[in-house]
Amino acid sequence: MNNDPIISVRELSKRFGSFVAVDRITFDVARGEIFGFLGANGAGKTTAMRMLCGLSYPTSGSGTVAGFDVMRQGEQIKRRIGYMSQRFSLYDDLTVLENIRLYGGIYGLTRREILRRAVTLLDRLQFRREADTLVGSLPLGWKQKLAFSVATLHRPEVVFLDEPTGGVDPVTRRQFWELIYEAAAEGTTVFVTTHYMDEAEYCSRVSIMVDGQVRALGAPAELKRQFAAGSMDEVFRTLARGAKRTE
Amino acid sequence: MAARNAIEAEGLTKRYGALTALDGVTFGVARGELFGLIGPDGAGKTTLFRLLTTLINPDGGTASIAGCDIVRDYREIRKRVGYMPGRFSLYPDLSVAENLDFFAALFGVSAEASRDLIAPIYRQIEPFRTRRAGKLSGGMKQKLALCCALIHRPSVLLLDEPTTGVDAVSRSEFWDMLSELKSKGISMLVSTPYMDEARRCDRIALINEAKILGIDTPQGIVSRFDEPIYALSGRDMYGLLLAARRAEGVRECYPFGEAHHLIPDAGFDAAAFARFLAGQGFADAVIRPAEAGIEDVFIKLMHHEQ
Repeated sequence: MNNDPIISVRELSKRFGSFVAVDRITFDVARGEIFGFLGANGAGKTTAMRMLCGLSYPTSGSGTVAGFDVMRQGEQIKRRIGYMSQRFSLYDDLTVLENIRLYGGIYGLTRREILRRAVTLLDRLQFRREADTLVGSLPLGWKQKLAFSVATLHRPEVVFLDEPTGGVDPVTRRQFWELIYEAAAEGTTVFVTTHYMDEAEYCSRVSIMVDGQVRALGAPAELKRQFAAGSMDEVFRTLARGAKRTE
Repeated sequence: MAARNAIEAEGLTKRYGALTALDGVTFGVARGELFGLIGPDGAGKTTLFRLLTTLINPDGGTASIAGCDIVRDYREIRKRVGYMPGRFSLYPDLSVAENLDFFAALFGVSAEASRDLIAPIYRQIEPFRTRRAGKLSGGMKQKLALCCALIHRPSVLLLDEPTTGVDAVSRSEFWDMLSELKSKGISMLVSTPYMDEARRCDRIALINEAKILGIDTPQGIVSRFDEPIYALSGRDMYGLLLAARRAEGVRECYPFGEAHHLIPDAGFDAAAFARFLAGQGFADAVIRPAEAGIEDVFIKLMHHEQ
């Protein structure tokens, strides 16, 4: 297996006029890691994530995602990653199977391959009976699990999850984290943002952004030691309380 | 008769076609109490708020606020209740100050009348008083919405997921504001999907799939978990989870942040379990007794319902 970091960024910045949304962030993410990307509202997480996903180009700095240059190869990056957000991932008025076929097509899989992966996916989630159900009529927790599986349908090297567990019940939240564990165990890197500080504890490593900069980076246990804190919630508060900007 | 409780709900039920959004919900919020309604999306929280704010009528059951019936006395209720809906519902094209004036005019009061209630919150957004509400940050919108909900000095405040999507620090600050309102005698019903916010409430109701699973103080809810629970951790957390589920005497094991939580069956032997794990290649695993949290109770009650 390739041992180069799947994400490697150096001094990455994004400016909008005089506003520095992301201010010289530097970090590596290893393959198969579950990397928690934390920060207060307005800290610059979304802007940073958009650059890593190939959706916007940095103003300065350098870096690679899945081996492609974040400064000029956004299109190639998009094809090699998976992305799931809390707000929108699947089409409510398509069925489960139609969503899988649509995304499989977008990711450039052959018809035969889509069908094969659809069967595996439905079996794994025990969704076989729901194949022809409209996604809009599924409970939220099911939708979130399905959205994750669809986001990884093309076996991306890295999947970006933007607050994937907002509003789901505790049982589903745990099932969702099992999907994440499983994907990571199979070698997919998981890059995840969350407002649930207890979820930061699930991650191999986390970074915490404040005012556009990465102010802390390490395994949850290390960070708790470093900040003499009992929980990641305390670590986060210590850092975020000093934030100068809100949104 | 003066009502003892700020809010009373008895067997409250609401159906939408074949879907039962709220199924026989009964609870009471005492005067001056900060009462939390805790549950995931789709549990029925917003339906309950829409019923209590008289926006829709129930299909069964009754409810009253400050002694006024939600169906019969809806006009009176609207004067006595402050409501902060889950979705931002102020006028984005009006400035901060204009929104406040507008809501004051709507209720026929002067902004002066509730100055003592609103001042500590308004002070934080006052520097932006000429900014359009639509251009405020999420945290500031939330503070303005709270001010507008308080403009007519309601005795009961209903807040539907005021902290959803807000970071941990802003959430904590918002709860500080609610504690301050409580000290001024306002009764509150607050819903949230974040279980860690339960401890900020006097009492909580856990709600899931249209039903209330339990009502108690946060401490009381936690003490309902009346069986042993262990925390299990090691280097390969996923491998450990799968191995633990194969072990004898393990009823349930689920991820719980830095450690998995394990619920044993009667006759569970921790030493034998550790030997089993070592044999499976998890000699580094650490197992220790743990304390159950709100989420453990929620999970247990969910299983109980099914």
